[in-house]
Amino acid sequence: MAKIRGAVTVDNERCKGCELCVYTCDKQVLGMSTAVNSKGYHYAYMANPEACIGCTNCGIICPDGVISVYRVKVEE
Amino acid sequence: MEEREMRLMKGNEAIAEAAIRAGADAFYGYPITPQTEVMEYLMETDATARTGMAVLQAESEVSAINMVYGGASTGHRVMTSSSSPGISLMSEGISFIAGAELPCLLINVSRGGPGLGTIQPSQADYFQTVKGGGHGDYKLLTLAPSSVQELADFISLGFDLAFKYRNPTMILADGALGQMMEKIYLPAPRPRMTEYPDWATNGTPEGKERRFITSLNLLPQEHELVNIRLQKKYREMEKNEVRYEMIQCDDAEYVIVAFGIIARIAQKSIELARAKGHKIGLFRPITLYPFPYDQIRALADENRVKGLMSVELSAGQMIEDIRLAVEGRKPVGFFGRLGGMVPTPEEIENALYEYFNIK
Amino acid sequence: MEVNDIIKPENLVYQKSRLMAEKQFNFCPGCGHGVVVRTIAEVIEEMGIEHDVIGISPVGCSVFLYDFYKFDVVEAAHGRACAVATGIKRVQPDKFVFTYQGDGDLAAIGTGETMHACNRGENIVIVFINNGIYGMTGGQMAPTTLEGMKTTTCPRGRDVKTMGYPLNITPLLAQLDGVCYVTRHSVHTPANVRKLKKALRQAFENQRDKKGTSIVEVVSNCNSGWGLTPKQANDWMVENMFKKYPLGDMKVDGKLVMDMNAPR
Repeated sequence: MAKIRGAVTVDNERCKGCELCVYTCDKQVLGMSTAVNSKGYHYAYMANPEACIGCTNCGIICPDGVISVYRVKVEE
Repeated sequence: MEEREMRLMKGNEAIAEAAIRAGADAFYGYPITPQTEVMEYLMETDATARTGMAVLQAESEVSAINMVYGGASTGHRVMTSSSSPGISLMSEGISFIAGAELPCLLINVSRGGPGLGTIQPSQADYFQTVKGGGHGDYKLLTLAPSSVQELADFISLGFDLAFKYRNPTMILADGALGQMMEKIYLPAPRPRMTEYPDWATNGTPEGKERRFITSLNLLPQEHELVNIRLQKKYREMEKNEVRYEMIQCDDAEYVIVAFGIIARIAQKSIELARAKGHKIGLFRPITLYPFPYDQIRALADENRVKGLMSVELSAGQMIEDIRLAVEGRKPVGFFGRLGGMVPTPEEIENALYEYFNIK
Repeated sequence: MEVNDIIKPENLVYQKSRLMAEKQFNFCPGCGHGVVVRTIAEVIEEMGIEHDVIGISPVGCSVFLYDFYKFDVVEAAHGRACAVATGIKRVQPDKFVFTYQGDGDLAAIGTGETMHACNRGENIVIVFINNGIYGMTGGQMAPTTLEGMKTTTCPRGRDVKTMGYPLNITPLLAQLDGVCYVTRHSVHTPANVRKLKKALRQAFENQRDKKGTSIVEVVSNCNSGWGLTPKQANDWMVENMFKKYPLGDMKVDGKLVMDMNAPR
């Protein structure tokens, strides 16, 4: 049976740390880094990458368009 | 001399506090950087609760100036403040107020232009204020403060001059004055008006003839008379209301002419020049209209004076009036910064040396 | 499977539109403006009209709109966007023209221009961002500010007796004959963003079909002006803004579909 696996990339430098993606993700994939970017913002990252299904909700909700979403079907 | 309350205040807030203390009846305005704090202060301090004055945020500057026109026609002390693009919007309304011979107080906290420009200070609204702006033959009695203290003091002075001549008074400030904080002595409060001028349309008492306010006259013979009456008023202003300050001009060989924030900076330039042994003075017009032509001409007449230099935050606007005053007697140089940039005292000092070849 | 195996170009399912320019948005973190700006670009890209579109930027937080897109944008003076749009559309009727305006631009200083462009039924799209505040100038009261809501020019809360009522302007505009489509959306959840995208698509198609004026209102947050975090601001918006400005269609294809008897 096929399983959907997803992954996202975040443009760390352009992320403003608004955390809306973290709240939006149904699978609790995202978290905020302890590091900061050159503007002083904590940026989003995949804290729990295994749970990502590539639903694109985080990409859609991001006000700054810093998230790109990838999805692949994996044969079990 | 009574004790005046001393406070450290931002220019914009000082305008608002002074307006309340001047017994203003209404402020109609619209947010625009760098003067939005004027209205915010009036709201935050609840001016209406303090004196009963009306404070209203209009839906635009066009609307705001027309609210001022309405309030002014009732003979009350009404005012607005804005910044360059907003003043452009108000130009039609200002022309109407002048044409209808109504008093009001206008404040322009100038910013860099033209167009949307920048939010940093500028003096490039000089022409707009003193020479043009709205349509038709009218003048704005124009006060140019160069400190937060003057900004505050000019509020009630502005109202009084407006009522004296039935004409708008304009306080031409700039973004630096509006935003900077200085220690000031607040004007003592005076009450709001309880009696209004005869010409005001605020309801005709029993047995008196009704009044009306307009700037329209379709008969050119009559409208010429209106214009002649306006011109007489302006000649009176020119005779009675010229204000200026001279700093170290008694022995000066070169004179810097500057107003507003530039005059403050130029004072430092003069210090630096004097320390090097140069005899430099500063002439500061305080009224830009009526302009101190006679006083500048008198300086140019002095044998010891070798030249004058206008320093402005513009491409050179006041310099035209200085040249009119000097009438070719002595050379008139210029130094200016544009688009919101503000010079240092050294820049002005060096510009003077360079222009007049002073070693 | 490793994350690195998933992140491959052939697996890409979502990224921001290629019509977005390099310049970073000046909007505050979490502001709804960003989502709307990006969604408009997606619609234009998907419709293939990027060479035939002209946007008009207002004065307000989105004053630098022209920096964010890779298609033509014209700056308008505060409130005048609908008049500028009219001027452009009348000499270039085959281009897609849209305005992007805030609550001050459209419903305060621009009320006259907005009303009359709608009244003439200009074939344009008006995108209206309603966050009940003047963000760019530091958080002053807007025509759409709610009763009791605090801003810097109504620090004790909007007092309707002296300051007027919150202006629910889109239902008013919907009643003008020149207007064919009026709809209200939000961008606080992905589902709502998807609905907005459909609405924007419909609006641009109306323009293509010369059906008159389309107005797409987006009720949005202003976390800076409201003094809340982005998440708190969205929650507050749902609790309070949606009560006065409920989401949904008001006019579709020239026919009013809202309840004319409902309180506004």
